[in-house]
Amino acid sequence: MTEVLEKIGAVPRISEIYGTNLTTIADGLPGWMNHTRYPALKAFQRMGIPGFRTENYKYTDLTRLFENENFRRSFTPDNFEVNLSEVFSCDVPEFDTHLILTVNGWYDEISNKDTQYPEGVIVKSLRNAIKENTELVEKYYGKLALSDEDPLIALNTLFAQDGIFIYIPDNLHISKPLQIINVLRSDDDLYVTQRNMLIAGKNSQAKIMLCDHTLVPQQFINNNITEVQIGEEAVIDIYSIQNQHNKTASFSGIYVHQERSSELVTNAITLHGGIIRNNLKVLLDGEQASAKICGLALSDKNQHVDNYTNIEHIKPNCQSNQLYKNILDDNSTGGFTGRIHVLPYAAKTAAFQRNNNVLLTNAAKMNTKPQLVIDNDDVKCSHGATVGRINDEALFYLQARGINEKEARLMLMFAFAHEVLAEIKIEKLRDVIDQLVNKRLRGEVSKCHSCALDCIR
Amino acid sequence: MEDQNKLIKEVTQRDYRFGFVSDIETDTIVKGLNEEVIRIISAKKDEPEFMLEFRLKAYRRWLTMKMPEWAQIKMPVIDYQEIIYYAAPTQQAKYESLNEVDPELLRTFEKLGIPLEEQKMLSGVAVDAVIDSVSVKTTFKETLAERGIIFCSFSDAVKHHPDLIQKYLGMAVPYNDNYFAALNSAVFSDGSFVYIPKGTRCPMELSTYFRINAKNTGQFERTLIIADDDSYVSYLEGCTAPMRDENQLHAAIVEIIAMDRAEVKYSTVQNWYPGDKNGKGGIFNFVTKRGICKGVSSKICWNQVETGSAITWKYPSCVLMGDNSIAEFNSVALTNNYQQADTGTKMIHIGKNTKSTIVSKGISAGHSSNSYRGLVRVAPKAENARNYSQCDSLLLGDTCGAHTFPYIEVGNSSSIIEHEATTSKIGEDQIFYCNQRGISTEDAIGMIVNGYAREVINKLPMEFAVEAQKLLQISLEGSVG
Repeated sequence: MTEVLEKIGAVPRISEIYGTNLTTIADGLPGWMNHTRYPALKAFQRMGIPGFRTENYKYTDLTRLFENENFRRSFTPDNFEVNLSEVFSCDVPEFDTHLILTVNGWYDEISNKDTQYPEGVIVKSLRNAIKENTELVEKYYGKLALSDEDPLIALNTLFAQDGIFIYIPDNLHISKPLQIINVLRSDDDLYVTQRNMLIAGKNSQAKIMLCDHTLVPQQFINNNITEVQIGEEAVIDIYSIQNQHNKTASFSGIYVHQERSSELVTNAITLHGGIIRNNLKVLLDGEQASAKICGLALSDKNQHVDNYTNIEHIKPNCQSNQLYKNILDDNSTGGFTGRIHVLPYAAKTAAFQRNNNVLLTNAAKMNTKPQLVIDNDDVKCSHGATVGRINDEALFYLQARGINEKEARLMLMFAFAHEVLAEIKIEKLRDVIDQLVNKRLRGEVSKCHSCALDCIR
Repeated sequence: MEDQNKLIKEVTQRDYRFGFVSDIETDTIVKGLNEEVIRIISAKKDEPEFMLEFRLKAYRRWLTMKMPEWAQIKMPVIDYQEIIYYAAPTQQAKYESLNEVDPELLRTFEKLGIPLEEQKMLSGVAVDAVIDSVSVKTTFKETLAERGIIFCSFSDAVKHHPDLIQKYLGMAVPYNDNYFAALNSAVFSDGSFVYIPKGTRCPMELSTYFRINAKNTGQFERTLIIADDDSYVSYLEGCTAPMRDENQLHAAIVEIIAMDRAEVKYSTVQNWYPGDKNGKGGIFNFVTKRGICKGVSSKICWNQVETGSAITWKYPSCVLMGDNSIAEFNSVALTNNYQQADTGTKMIHIGKNTKSTIVSKGISAGHSSNSYRGLVRVAPKAENARNYSQCDSLLLGDTCGAHTFPYIEVGNSSSIIEHEATTSKIGEDQIFYCNQRGISTEDAIGMIVNGYAREVINKLPMEFAVEAQKLLQISLEGSVG
């Protein structure tokens, strides 16, 4: 009964925030975009705040978080002089990227002004893209992230004002990765909405890195949604590194549409964060498309990390492969939901999924929910899930060779985690993340509030 | 490929063997459900006050509940006022020996192949036959009584052993557990009761045959098995129903309580009428089955072969309370035509060093949909818990669906939980291999399906394994010739 009352609390309050700030939110944005807000509001009011009663959020209850937040919303860009050198200095040595910076969900015009991108590549704020590339944005906006499917999408669509727009033209191969750094910085607790769009043309290639940073100890709720269109034969890698402090609630949704013979690699590395929920939906909508989806989450204290994937095989002859691992320490909780959905006409589908989890303490808890929904007989699909501890025999083997127990444990955990990291195709980045994970497992990073990249300087 | 299509076509057109209606007079009450009906059922069965209270409590709770909607099944809305909640063969209480039994009823059992007659004594199975939710005949009562084993109809147990009933009724499945459990608790008419005393090994398999006969009735039986310390029992359950155009509801409850070091093996061969090839008619089989491994080192084993019912919706579960207790779930679920199955298990680990194994094999053909849904939960105090789950799905034909929804919730670091699931069809290479060796495509498919299900069928007691194999044959290879 109390839960019902809570729901009544959070939903009208958020609806009211929307109502009061309606004109500010809609200001400067075209009618077609603002017209998506009302259905989103209705969808949100219908679904409410996701909690354990919502099947897809069974293991991530957000009712309490939303009930207790009364955070400031950033409806206009905050005028911070972000110390760019501080952020840039985090940059991996000898690791050259095209940097794109956002602050509190807003594309940072000043910092990004001087960045050079390869010819033909468009990188700009979503607001500007709406003005200057109207056709493209209008064609794809809200086509993959559907408000009716998820309350967090509805909330994002309701408040969406800005984000990053990236367009990669046909046949262009970008060798340098595009590194998107999302910075959260505020003097008070803040609720952030960010909406990104990535369009990759035919036969293009690019590697995208998404880095989430929190620079100050304030509380944040970050609702970040990215819609990705991958053209025929394009190869797109998306690596996300989440490294925020333990008071941050971060919801990241990536919604991908793949055309014929395209390839997608995603790898979500979660090192720190308060409540983390990653939604990933991939539509394999062209023959011979393939998706390799990985994730690694290391959690301790009272952290919560939940990865949710939904891979839809729409056309025949597609492949998907998922690998998710969690290492849970202290009182942390983890969730994993992985759904493989093979639609009736998607013959010759090969879809695999694996979820392995290690619990280090008795107080840690892991919930996993792998799912297969198969509506075609000509498929090869499997999933596997395990929850366990570090293998005693392996531990003994190492100890027998003179390695002390603590070190042996670390070695085994690192080896466990490395399987996911090995899927990162950028060598330099892989080395860096290897180091980060190693440090993280040793508990070194968790000592400071600042970002992890800061620590490898 | 053509052969395969032909096979699948034949499979989808097979007939239901048990679709006859027995012309037996039945005593039914008016259709519909209200407190009055419940009082009538209770009065007809001459029940003590506590039973009536239990029923009314459950009914009032049921009124406040809603039909669950989360299952992967499509079904029409059930009108609970259109169902007759009590239908019993008349004069059922009078039989002394088989000679007095209504010959029509005997013929029914003969057709079912139930070893009810004396000459079937050799098969060594004690049978409790339940027709339209009333137990009509229990065999071998005396032999069992010598060892102190109680095996009788639920109503007899209520009359003669009210203390046991009062103590254990609703222990594994409380009256408010779920929608259908509440409905059953309110209106259940009969069922079987088994009590195995301390240190006793039941000398024979105990068996119940359920049959729905009368029109428009729902079958709501209730089985309660109590295995006291150091005892063992193997229990079999079989079910059939006549062919009817409308859907009939079967909402049963099975409760098992295993005390210290007791072992209970519960095997089901479920063959309710599945509806015709257009999906018309058939039984809605919504059953709540749950066992509690209450004592230390106790063991409960659920084995099931599900081939019938328009909709099967059940999750035989185990609560592993006692330390070192063991639970097993072995299932073969075959769906055809427009049948739907959403079945699986729940393993709740509470005691230390508890182990559970889940083996689920789904076979779907035609336009059917077959889902495995299971939960493995390890409580924080269930140290060293161990679970292994394996869910395989086999798809025959491109219009059917196979789904897997496991839930794994682990609350401590010393437990090891493994789950794996695969979905596949019969490989062309497998068929080719068989063809090459002179085995026809039909035989090859039959062989492969049988081999696929063998792991589970082997767990069944002998009598049932034969029947289960035959059922699968009828469903697949039998239809091919």
